[in-house]
Amino acid sequence: MKRALFLATIWAMIASCGNDKQEENPYVMQGGSPEAQAAANENPAYDPERGEGKFTNVEVSPKLDAAMADKGQKVYEVKCNSCHKLTDEKLVGPGWKGVTTRRKPEWIMNFVTNTDKMLDKDPAAQAQLEICLVRMPNQNLSDDDARSLYEFMRKNDGIK
Amino acid sequence: MTYTKYLSVIGVVALVIGVNACKPKNAGNAVTGDAASKAYVAPGKYDEFYNFLSGGFSGQMSVYGLPSGRLLRVIPVFSVDPEKGYGYSEETKPMLNTSHGFVPWDDLHHPELSQTNGEIDGRWIFGNANNTPRVARIDLTTFRTAEIIELPNSGGNHSSPFITENTEYVVAGTRFSVPPDHANGDIPINTYKQNFKGHISFISVGKEDGKMDIAFQIECPGVNFDLSHAGKAKSHGWFFFSCYNTEQANTLLEVNASQRDKDFIMAVNWKKAEEYLKAGQGKKQKVRYAHNWYSDKTHTAISEIKTEVTVLDAKTLKDICYFIPCPKSPHGCDVDPTGEYIVGSGKLAALIPVFSFDKIQKAIADKAFEGDYEGIPVIKYDAAIYGEVKKPGLGPLHTEFDGKGNAYTSMFVSSEVVKWNIKDLKVLDRAATFYSVGHLCVPGGDSRKPNAKYVIAYDKITKDRYLPTGPELSQSAQLYDISGDKMQLILDFPTIGEPHYAQAVAADVIKNRSVKFFKIDENAHPYVSKGEGTTKVVREGKTVHVYATAIRSHFAPDNIEGIKMGDEVYFHITNLEQDWDVPHGFAIKGAANAELLIMPGETTTLKWVPDRVGIFPMYCTDFCSALHQEMSGYVRVSPAGSNVPLTYSTGKNLPAADAGGTK
Repeated sequence: MKRALFLATIWAMIASCGNDKQEENPYVMQGGSPEAQAAANENPAYDPERGEGKFTNVEVSPKLDAAMADKGQKVYEVKCNSCHKLTDEKLVGPGWKGVTTRRKPEWIMNFVTNTDKMLDKDPAAQAQLEICLVRMPNQNLSDDDARSLYEFMRKNDGIK
Repeated sequence: MTYTKYLSVIGVVALVIGVNACKPKNAGNAVTGDAASKAYVAPGKYDEFYNFLSGGFSGQMSVYGLPSGRLLRVIPVFSVDPEKGYGYSEETKPMLNTSHGFVPWDDLHHPELSQTNGEIDGRWIFGNANNTPRVARIDLTTFRTAEIIELPNSGGNHSSPFITENTEYVVAGTRFSVPPDHANGDIPINTYKQNFKGHISFISVGKEDGKMDIAFQIECPGVNFDLSHAGKAKSHGWFFFSCYNTEQANTLLEVNASQRDKDFIMAVNWKKAEEYLKAGQGKKQKVRYAHNWYSDKTHTAISEIKTEVTVLDAKTLKDICYFIPCPKSPHGCDVDPTGEYIVGSGKLAALIPVFSFDKIQKAIADKAFEGDYEGIPVIKYDAAIYGEVKKPGLGPLHTEFDGKGNAYTSMFVSSEVVKWNIKDLKVLDRAATFYSVGHLCVPGGDSRKPNAKYVIAYDKITKDRYLPTGPELSQSAQLYDISGDKMQLILDFPTIGEPHYAQAVAADVIKNRSVKFFKIDENAHPYVSKGEGTTKVVREGKTVHVYATAIRSHFAPDNIEGIKMGDEVYFHITNLEQDWDVPHGFAIKGAANAELLIMPGETTTLKWVPDRVGIFPMYCTDFCSALHQEMSGYVRVSPAGSNVPLTYSTGKNLPAADAGGTK
């Protein structure tokens, strides 16, 4: 009986360990960028081009959707322009000039909607954090907001 | 019984009980081995229960986690709180408005969680102000005070804010009877018996929005209404109030209000009162009271002075009120989960009377009255009593229930919690408290569905329990595991102010509805800045409005010039963050005020009147990021007649002022 109880206890401990999903702590840096790079390399599932988040394939037309870009500009003015200029000048965060040529739409949209996870994982995001030293705030953009914002970035980069 | 005789009886009873109770003298022999593991909540893990404690003379409500006893939050309610800017920001100042003007303090005794069908629904918690009579409603999605209503015709709102089982009403009974507000109050104090009245207020609560309104008051004889609880289940429709000072003394109450062998529990048929109200039997009286509420959309409170209340007269309108004799200055007035048993705790009695709702109904039907008290029928004691718990201990105060047929009563004088069975009225267990226990709390212990894992005792005196901190010591709560037959003390934790009543509820009922931030798109504050592009500084005569934003890690604008002596400056700061747990603070040198603590998406205003010419730094007070120390700025104040133009900027380091105010 005692032995059975002991085994049951052990089993319960194992079971509970298994169920114990560790919450990721967004305020602990997971290591500098070389290590992160290595981690990313060791994890072939992670696509540094796409980042991590719900956007896997964003359809982008060669022509600008001007209405959508205007919507994006409104989001920018409330939630982004405190820290990001539209030129290449760094303010709190990097300027946006040319960002759509440097990053895929999926990466940008994942980063602005899944900020904390990406800051913990993504080598490029972590490299930027080492320069800026302020974690980009999660501004709780909706999927629509993110897409409009990307269109506004394209407009800023000269897409017509 | 004379006073001296009564004292000697108490003395003898104390002796007997003192011997029987065998009370441990200190903590050492009161705590058993597994107590620590029962109260342990690992770092990073949540507690199982929220425990809401009254802050007593702090005027606030504190929130603890159970079983750990960790302090989670202090909610400012009736007292200003410079830490949160409550009562200091322009938006929250109206919350503390009363008919007496701005009142920055009160004494909060009793929290009560809202209920639906007699079960805690986790939407709101109410609190009473015992000094300047008011009731507050706290929104449990934000853990902030959402509304405060003042009570006319009242002096000391003690028997409050207890609620009916669907939160139809929250009640407030005056502890100190006073002449009604419309009457001339400039009268000799010793005309108490002729001129003083006790008013009971029934405050309706909006089903969806929780908005409070004084539906009616009942004018009762001048006595002291002490505590109350609503009937539930079968007794829904009734409310029970304990009364003391039925002697109607107006001086040395300690002696003069302890003369009668029995005071009363007053049973109120509020459904009957509703009928009279509907039939237009209420009298409209001219009064003045404040009604204040806060909007999470405008992030601003509004205070309105109301001038009328409807009063029902308990003497002429029959069948609303009945008095039930209850031994010696009853304090607690508690109704068991079935609604059948009403427990009065005669704080000077050596027994606990338990009344039966069914018997009370029968007594009323049979007119089993022993007479009347100022026109209110007094039911015969024997016709209402179910039974008495004999010699439970000394100084019974308050009773909570476990829903399994047991009651837990606090004994102030003999410092113990006594568990007894409601049916056979037998004492089952005793546990010592350290020391002089006042209220008790079982999670849901005054509802129809107690969740009886713990009873918490709130002690008035701690003496040797904690490290000494000078003459003033922390008061304390003590947590007992009541899952077994015997109560087991597992934890002490210090409290803020003085804890009176408390409420506890399973965390799941509340935690998932917690607001994480306010949506900036929905911010309807008249001085909001939605984005840095909209920030500005506007002069209107001698008033200057600063529309500013805060985001990690700067203010916009952060350089302001052209403020002059004699100006009144309003900093309207909008926190642009849209994430959880990222408040920003705002403070400016010399402000005769407090800081602002601005939640994400919120706009809050600090009024500042510069008192001298010079440069005034301002900064963020809440460590927000690695560049928090950089989150600061300057305001230049010039003499009254100066021609320095009004300018503002962020990120411009120009030698000369930037006249256009562009950024």
